[in-house]
Amino acid sequence: MTAPAPKPQPFVRELLGRSDYRIIGEIVEPNTKVLDLGCGDGELLAWLAANKRVDARGVEISGVKVQRAIARGVSVYQGDIDEGLADYPDRAFDYVILSQTLQETFHPRKVLREMLRVGQRVIVAFPNYGHWRMRLSMLLSGRAPRTKLFPYAWHESPNIHFLTLHDFEDLAALEGLKVERRYFLSGAHKVTVLPNLLAEVAVYLVSASA
Amino acid sequence: MIVESNIVRFDCIALDSGATLAPVEVAYESYGELNARKTNAILVLHAFSGDAHAAGISHETGKPGWWDNMIGPGKAFDTNKYFVLCSNVLGGCRGTTGPSSINPVTGCPYAMSFPVITISDMVRLQKMLIDALGIRKLLTVTGGSMGGMQALEWAVAYPDRVVSAIPIATTTRHSAQQIAFNEVGRQAVMADPDWNEGNYYSKKPPARGLAVARMVGHITYMSDDSMREKFGRRLRGKENFGFDFDVDFEVESYLRYRGSEFVHRFDANSYLYITKAMDYFDLVNGQGTLAAAFEAAQARFLVISFSSDWLYPSYQSQEIVRALRARNRDVAYVELQSNYGHDAFLVDVAEQTDLIRGFLASTYEKVQ
Repeated sequence: MTAPAPKPQPFVRELLGRSDYRIIGEIVEPNTKVLDLGCGDGELLAWLAANKRVDARGVEISGVKVQRAIARGVSVYQGDIDEGLADYPDRAFDYVILSQTLQETFHPRKVLREMLRVGQRVIVAFPNYGHWRMRLSMLLSGRAPRTKLFPYAWHESPNIHFLTLHDFEDLAALEGLKVERRYFLSGAHKVTVLPNLLAEVAVYLVSASA
Repeated sequence: MIVESNIVRFDCIALDSGATLAPVEVAYESYGELNARKTNAILVLHAFSGDAHAAGISHETGKPGWWDNMIGPGKAFDTNKYFVLCSNVLGGCRGTTGPSSINPVTGCPYAMSFPVITISDMVRLQKMLIDALGIRKLLTVTGGSMGGMQALEWAVAYPDRVVSAIPIATTTRHSAQQIAFNEVGRQAVMADPDWNEGNYYSKKPPARGLAVARMVGHITYMSDDSMREKFGRRLRGKENFGFDFDVDFEVESYLRYRGSEFVHRFDANSYLYITKAMDYFDLVNGQGTLAAAFEAAQARFLVISFSSDWLYPSYQSQEIVRALRARNRDVAYVELQSNYGHDAFLVDVAEQTDLIRGFLASTYEKVQ
């Protein structure tokens, strides 16, 4: 059995068009086992499988997206993140990814704990509610903020838990989690100063503290 | 694509019941070409009333196969790429040894002296066929309904012989409701005086009982929606009720047609034996939990269910998926939206095609 020739490594962002995907692509080590929660139609998983040779699995609630993911060869099952992890044995994966979905789960703290039970490490990416545009939008309009990052009217939004970088750090401390790496992004750029004001998206790599 | 059935004969097969069947023959068809390394073989497993004629046009009858919309050049199971096999199940009446076959000891049909068979017996015979064809490993085993049961049995009984499995609209064991419908069918057959304790081969077969059994079956294969759409309360060839017990409604006409048509192609005793095999099937098989039963399985799985299938409801597929997850097996699952009830696996081709094509391609890539 011959291994397929290594595929060229296009910069992840060029392929997928999302800055948090780029960072996740940087974090994930080759030949690992990865579970992506809320994986959509599996584009990140398909990329990781092709370029990092990971054993890629996903969970997605939308049947239509699951169909597309399976059609592109990714093992995705239709299910709910809030309750979907209970079946997995402990430490089943090297990484469990939750990309831009934490704020949509009913029980984010429980989901985080479950992710850390089934995975050695957890990668969480979420939009930063503390970004200056959010603050300004609310201050000036006097209404629930609507920005490029949070474009929905309050009654249509899938986002039910809003958090800033500080909020996530607080939760990590409360849960005794070890933050191994943190990335702050604005568009395609990394943010180095005043991240809670300037970052649109944060990506955290966390593990259970020893 | 004109196709012909082949028959392979084996000296004997040992059965779960303790009995031995000797000799035993199995009818099969194949489509496409086996590649040099024999890594592209797919075994398709038929449902209760199916047969080995899964695809192409039968040389004998001129009819298309039961899954012809899924198997062929460029289709979901692309015969330009894969070598597809399908055999008639043990206990069947379409070429493989069953109760209507001649018992060499007596020179008469076995009838009810045929040993009771199980799903795992069916799979054991399929494995003998695969061995005889020199195929070491199947790229996938797949089927809907009872075919899905066989696919699951393959993955558990011969884990080193299957790379992947696609069980569709199926279960790891029949519920009381599923057993109940089968029992109604069996009782309809056995209540027909022409059944005659199974000895009807030189006489009139129990056509009325078998037709009633099939009518009940067809109701369970459809959904309320699909029946409303297909028949509603439309009358058959008349404007008013007949005020008698001839056919009034379209649905009556359809069921009577399906029932009488079935009698010509199916053996009543096979009906009894095969439904019993389905009812006996239980993948847990004394191993405590379903997850424990899947311990041995190494295959990659694609599990598919249909939203309107009330005979094999999605929760039964989800049980399979959950048990596989508990053992961290590679499993993909989707519930497809459909109005066709259990029949969807035969009818809803487009969506299944995309799923299966993608799943197979990525699986095939791994074995190259």
